[in-house]
Amino acid sequence: MITVDKLSKTFTLHILNEKRIAACSDISFSVPPGGFLGLSGPSGAGKSTVLKCLYRTYLSTSGAIHYNSAAYGRVDLATLPDRAVIDIRDREMGYVSQFLKVIPRVSALDVIMEPILARNGVSRDAARERAIGLLERLRIPSHLFDAYPATFSGGEQQRINIARAVGWKPRLLLLDEPTASLDRDSVGVVLEILKELREEGTTMIGIFHDTALLASVTDSVYHVC
Amino acid sequence: MLMREWLQNENEPGSDGAPAAGYPFGFMDEGAKKEIRRSILKAVAIPGYQVPYGSREMPIARGWGTGGLQITLSLVKPDDIFKVIDQGCDGSVNAVNIKKFVAAVADVAITTDTRAATLIQTRHRIPEEPMTDRQILVLQVPYPEALREVEPSEMETRRMHAEADYSRMWLFLYEDIVKYGEITISYRYPVTVNGRYITDPSPIPRWDVPKLHMADTLFLFGAGREKRIYAIPPHTSVEPLEFEDHKFRTENFSGKACARCGATDTYLDEVIDNAGGGRSYFCSDSGYCDKRSLAWNH
Amino acid sequence: MEPLIRIRNLSKRFGQGCSRCRDATGQEQDTNLCPHCGSVMACNDVSFDLFRNEALGVVGESGSGKSTLVRLLHFEWEASEGAVEMHRSAGLENLPEIFATGSDYSFNLLGLSHFQKRQLRNALMGIVYQNPHLGLRMQISSGGNIAERLLGAGWRHIGKMRRRSAELLERTEIPVERMDEPPCNFSGGMQQRVQIAKALSNNPLILFLDEVTTGLDLSVQARVLDLIRNLRSEFNLSMLVVSHDLGVINLLCQRTMVMKSGHVVESGLTDQILQDPQHRYTQLLVASQL
Repeated sequence: MITVDKLSKTFTLHILNEKRIAACSDISFSVPPGGFLGLSGPSGAGKSTVLKCLYRTYLSTSGAIHYNSAAYGRVDLATLPDRAVIDIRDREMGYVSQFLKVIPRVSALDVIMEPILARNGVSRDAARERAIGLLERLRIPSHLFDAYPATFSGGEQQRINIARAVGWKPRLLLLDEPTASLDRDSVGVVLEILKELREEGTTMIGIFHDTALLASVTDSVYHVC
Repeated sequence: MLMREWLQNENEPGSDGAPAAGYPFGFMDEGAKKEIRRSILKAVAIPGYQVPYGSREMPIARGWGTGGLQITLSLVKPDDIFKVIDQGCDGSVNAVNIKKFVAAVADVAITTDTRAATLIQTRHRIPEEPMTDRQILVLQVPYPEALREVEPSEMETRRMHAEADYSRMWLFLYEDIVKYGEITISYRYPVTVNGRYITDPSPIPRWDVPKLHMADTLFLFGAGREKRIYAIPPHTSVEPLEFEDHKFRTENFSGKACARCGATDTYLDEVIDNAGGGRSYFCSDSGYCDKRSLAWNH
Repeated sequence: MEPLIRIRNLSKRFGQGCSRCRDATGQEQDTNLCPHCGSVMACNDVSFDLFRNEALGVVGESGSGKSTLVRLLHFEWEASEGAVEMHRSAGLENLPEIFATGSDYSFNLLGLSHFQKRQLRNALMGIVYQNPHLGLRMQISSGGNIAERLLGAGWRHIGKMRRRSAELLERTEIPVERMDEPPCNFSGGMQQRVQIAKALSNNPLILFLDEVTTGLDLSVQARVLDLIRNLRSEFNLSMLVVSHDLGVINLLCQRTMVMKSGHVVESGLTDQILQDPQHRYTQLLVASQL
């Protein structure tokens, strides 16, 4: 499904006298369709950098990211034209960040419904039903459904973030510490949702702070150092 | 001979039948006539397009019909029968003066009968009687630019014509309807000629606008002060600007008739009796009214 | 997926120009003023594609050539050089002559007559300017302002135009009962929304937004941006969003170009531009964010 080959990322800061910062280097791994790869390593080792390179938020300095796209066939995400990356993001690839990047002045329900409506071609009612189902499972109080997530607590925001990323059932899901700010019960629900998603065929690559958790949900672990 | 003397001598322009001494036939020199005829030809070839031309000095003031007069003088032939009307009237001072002048310099016969005339110069009216393909109607034009109402710059109006960018003219009509419930333009009603140029038909009443459409006659428009000539050739479509739900309408004279000849199918002037305050109506086209009155009296 | 419009090597020079203009201006020289002949290269060799239903951001400081780019593409100014080609699917049935047989793209639209450009603009484009005075007739009713575009596109039914204007004003949150008031009676945010309604009236394929929220209060800015975001998906618009505000670009655009001294110095996915800027100038721009 996805094969990373000698991926490196170095930042060159022109405005700080061309200072160079190596964020990760020589990363190679492969994830089969439906697999779940965990990334481990000390903080600052470049785990998030790898995910961001995969999602193309960062431009890789060298190496290749071979991805078997449903729409485009085998492509290199490191060098694929911008427009095709957007298309793959829109149709196949999801990303859960450590922090919710809220869209201002959009209700919690709409935040989750938006990608479902745009990507799954379902009716408004069906999208709404799926979104409400997720919110209820993640135990967001119903009076918050129509409120703006910007006003939510950190844990609530993170649950909205996860619901938005999984609601539309992406083909490939990148998870960057999705459970970091969640209580134990919420973590359980999230893991359950991820498990169901895998059963439906979603391939995942994830970073989990908790090593025990990492070992329990993934089928292999790649150590970044 | 002085201008004043010719005009006094209305039926004896030259002692030997030739035009007034010292001036060529038709007053203007041949070069000037040629240039104006060329402009007329161009105007006919591009219906509704304003052709700039070198407007000459005339022995009447700019703004008093010099544009029409120059067209008349460049076209007039010795065998023409000439008629002049001023807002429908053959007898107004201006009409008479122009008539006398043309007769003096071109030695043509004069008439008040629309049917008999071969060349008619007019200010602000089109005769009621249908004209034929043997006749030419020359209209005097004070403001040739139909878009001037919405755009003061000549450069800009020329660009608008070139690109057929007429939405602002239409917008003007839209705003009129929104404000007053109807289009309030009573004369100089803008028309689209040959499906292309928005054109000013000169200050004729709305009543006369339909007469321009698919007519048998050649209409020539002359603006002397503004130095423009334009034309509506015979059998050319002339559509007043209108909306699907706000159609162009002519003046409504239903229930009224000419107090003199009894006509109910002509454009009527309202006359208020100063003493009694009563209103009565008369044909604006005096030649036609005369003709009808005569027939009626006999 | 093929672009809706292809823009190639677009340049705009103000001044007589000389053989050294191109090399003497640009990002390295940090100027768009040619020291040899005094000409200004407002836009210099700009190439990009605009796709259907996408919002492409253009960021840069004032004087970088962003607004010039919009003026060139909206056919307000004549380009000095370059090509703009439209895909056949843009639906230009009334201008079949601009397509060569067998090609999916039109001839260079910059070579069309003013008349054809106007037709094209009326059929395909909408624009919202930073200054509402540029986009609106302040003394004419708001409904009339919208009607003007419809009239330009051949509408000739007052009732239908008024219904369409009312719909659009409602959609852009202007009270419909104020339709016959001129925009000079309105606040800046309302004027911007009337401009948006006017720009959308002919169902354009391409919408140009030139610093539309600059100068508005923050809360008003937010409402205008929300409106634009919602309209994009509703109207299936391709948008070119010009702004010096990275926040605006981040909210509206998936792809972004960065301009400097008339050149495009960097382009990429908006999150990449913001989180991993490559060019020195972009890094400075991102670092300067509040």
